[in-house]
Amino acid sequence: MTVVQMADSGDRPDTVAEPTRLTFEQVTKQFPQRGNRRQRKRMITAVQDLSLICHDQEVVTIIGPSGCGKSTLLNMASGLDRPTKGRITVDDEPVDGPNSHVAFMLQKDLLLPWRTIRENVEFGQEIQGVSRAERRARAHELLAQYRLDEFADYYPHQISGGMRQRAALARTLANDPDVLLMDEPFSALDAQTKMILQRDLAQTLIARQKTALFITHDLEEAVALSDRVLVMSNRPGTIIEEIIIDLPDRDEPFARRQHPRMAGFTRRLMELLHLGDAPEQTTAKQRPH
Amino acid sequence: MSVSSSDLTDTGAGVSTSGGWAERLWATFTSLKVAGSLGLAVLILAGWEWLPGLLGIPVFIIPPASDVWAEFLWMIDRSALLYHTFITFMLVVVGFVIGCLLGAAGGYLLGISRNAEIVLSPYILALQIAPKVAFAPLFVLWFGYTFTPKILVAVLIVFFPVLINVLGAVRAVDQQQVDLARSFKANRLQIFSKIELPASMPAFFAGLRIGSTLAVIGVVVGELVGGNTGLGYLLTFAQGQANTPAVFVTISLLTLIGIIVYLAVVVVEGRVLRYMNRRPEF
Ligand SMILES: Nc1ncnc2c1ncn2[C@@H]1O[C@H](COP(=O)(O)OP(=O)(O)OP(=O)(O)O)[C@@H](O)[C@H]1O
Ligand SMILES: [Mg+2]
Repeated sequence: MTVVQMADSGDRPDTVAEPTRLTFEQVTKQFPQRGNRRQRKRMITAVQDLSLICHDQEVVTIIGPSGCGKSTLLNMASGLDRPTKGRITVDDEPVDGPNSHVAFMLQKDLLLPWRTIRENVEFGQEIQGVSRAERRARAHELLAQYRLDEFADYYPHQISGGMRQRAALARTLANDPDVLLMDEPFSALDAQTKMILQRDLAQTLIARQKTALFITHDLEEAVALSDRVLVMSNRPGTIIEEIIIDLPDRDEPFARRQHPRMAGFTRRLMELLHLGDAPEQTTAKQRPH
Repeated sequence: MSVSSSDLTDTGAGVSTSGGWAERLWATFTSLKVAGSLGLAVLILAGWEWLPGLLGIPVFIIPPASDVWAEFLWMIDRSALLYHTFITFMLVVVGFVIGCLLGAAGGYLLGISRNAEIVLSPYILALQIAPKVAFAPLFVLWFGYTFTPKILVAVLIVFFPVLINVLGAVRAVDQQQVDLARSFKANRLQIFSKIELPASMPAFFAGLRIGSTLAVIGVVVGELVGGNTGLGYLLTFAQGQANTPAVFVTISLLTLIGIIVYLAVVVVEGRVLRYMNRRPEF
């Protein structure tokens, strides 16, 4: 196993001992600049020399200002996009395209409107040629777990936003990926529904022993759900700080939110993001995706 | 802040289970609307029957409804009206189906292959602008007084709205949905059959609706230009005889054919787009 140089991770003693699920090694991503034809060769560097490791069953959250390259990271991890430089591995295999070790979940539920909830949950397995009976059974189990069994035969537009996002979670888990990539999955939900889904997710991650790379603009959510929070800089994005959330009850975000040290962590994150320094910089939460 | 998990319950699905009174009110409205439509039909027929006479319009300009009805019965008896109607109906159906299939195939091919679209789009644009019915004489020159020119005009005229609608829909497919399928390692064929095809269905049916009305125009123009079968032929014949009631009969039957094809599209659309849960409409 390669030992990866990590930014600011020297204070984690057991880095090498635990198996890794997902690694970024010195990853840089550039996009051709759009619009101006005369400067055709100019490139935007979205992510610069970024390294990170997600260990087995670890929940790592990335926060950072809007446009710093967080979604770009997830696209590369899911194999939908390639890094310009550097290497990404999942389960010690280099990522060179979409693969069944990872699955993503976005702010938009991406439920296909012409499929029922059950058929949506079965979508990934259907593509991979899993037998009808097997995927039915799997969908049934997941729908029951997320309290959607009554609505299995409804179409997406017939159920609420929270239910839709739970269905998206069920679809993400149906293929049994090792690593979940989540890009602001709850940011479009109201506060109450959001808390329920956070608990659903937290318990699923523990029960199914999943690893997750999670992106959010909600600092409390970051602390409530994660083992570690990585803070990214403005573009070109790189990791400027790592905070280990050594709080108990990772499967009970409600309990974590009441922990006396909770506020300390969020205050620290706010400082790192320079929220509250100057009024015009407090807009990081405004722009979705 | 103290929140226990049981305090927070999800809202139910947005399916209305409102009380019976709302449904009854709706039913009343619907039956009122049906009654209104029928009443209007009676009013129009009555106006058609007596108003021209009262205004002094000669019967060879607007024959009263009863004359047209009598002519209809007479034509069934003497002019093989049902035979000609059947011929036109068959040609409309054949032309419509072929035009839709070709239009859809073209739309999907162009939508999927950017290069094909770039190469072919100027020609498609030119053909789309060209008045399709003007091709009727040409087709008659080529194929004589057969069914072929009539079908060809219908195919040509149905082809474009279907193609344009399908092409637009395939191009507008949500890239994130495609990425979702790709993340599950979908191949090109699966992306087409599971995302692009179903996503384009509403637009495809919108194209079919337009095409269904155009198919009738195509066939009639073909029949007007040449031949001795079909309602278009009866139309020229009636015109030659200055038989206004027969013209009215023919126009009515052409309209009826259009309505039948259109309704067939609506019925199939209702089945295929069941998930959209729309109110029945025309
Ligand atoms: N396909 C693309 N082509 C060109 N530039 C892109 C592309 N995708 C992203 N970018 C640029 O890369 C930068 C990072 O984008 P990204 O979506 O990863 O940001 P983000 O951190 O997810 O932001 P947010 O918090 O608002 O979701 C942005 O400046 C964006 O303009
Ligand atoms: Mg983003």
